[in-house]
Amino acid sequence: MEICRRKNQIEISELDPFLAELLRQIPSSANPEGAPAAEQRIFSPPVNGKEPEMCAEWKMYVQPELRRLFQTATETVGADLKQLNGTEQSLANRTLRIPTKHSDAWLSALNQARLVIAAKNNFTELELSDHLRSPIGSRRDLSLFQVNFYGFLQEFILRELDC
Amino acid sequence: MTAEPLAAEVAVPVAPGIPRPKSARPSNIGAPTIEKETRTEEALDLPWHVVVHNDPVNLMSYVTMVFQRVFGYPRDKAERHMLEVHQKGRSVLWSGVRERAELYVQQLHGYLLLATIEKVS
Repeated sequence: MEICRRKNQIEISELDPFLAELLRQIPSSANPEGAPAAEQRIFSPPVNGKEPEMCAEWKMYVQPELRRLFQTATETVGADLKQLNGTEQSLANRTLRIPTKHSDAWLSALNQARLVIAAKNNFTELELSDHLRSPIGSRRDLSLFQVNFYGFLQEFILRELDC
Repeated sequence: MTAEPLAAEVAVPVAPGIPRPKSARPSNIGAPTIEKETRTEEALDLPWHVVVHNDPVNLMSYVTMVFQRVFGYPRDKAERHMLEVHQKGRSVLWSGVRERAELYVQQLHGYLLLATIEKVS
């Protein structure tokens, strides 16, 4: 896989089918539904301790908008990922071009996906700092690889935004 | 040390699409006398902290970028806060009136950081 900036696009080329599939999974991975730990992390309370009135207000006024914000980001990413659809060349390497104006949406969706996967798997800090673990071991190892791969993409996009 | 400006005097940047909660909606300040009254209420409300808590998933570079965007901090200050979060588990990013503190927490949640407001005891 190669990743570089070309004018107003971030180009990820030489994507093998495995990594292409991981990218395709970003929108579904970012969905916290059905996993209370992930929901709790994505929609965290605005106060520590007991402030029921404020928490209720937050849930009513802020959370729906946050939900909409996150959904918009994953939809933008989902639309970009359509480039990877198709079955004719399913075993061939692919190229994905991300418009730089979609960078914020990608940062958000990648971050959301990482948080949801980590919450669902209850990864420890030690596990999260293990960047060398092979994805070929268990479903858990694959999930950890996914978190690290998405983190790598985030780092690259952040570096490009800095330039 | 410079006192924090009152909320009524400052235009706070808002993350696109994120509204203010009912308690954080701006009051209709029209006449100067009303503004004076609002300031008194806000002064009584001081101070609240905006606290960001450690999360091992969020990347350091991402957290630094968020602090720069939300608070307008220069990179070195944003990095200092990011490292404080990383090393001590939390950092107070801003202190002041409750309305603005809530608004900052909303923006930080929009970037998926673990953030809370705390009333200074």
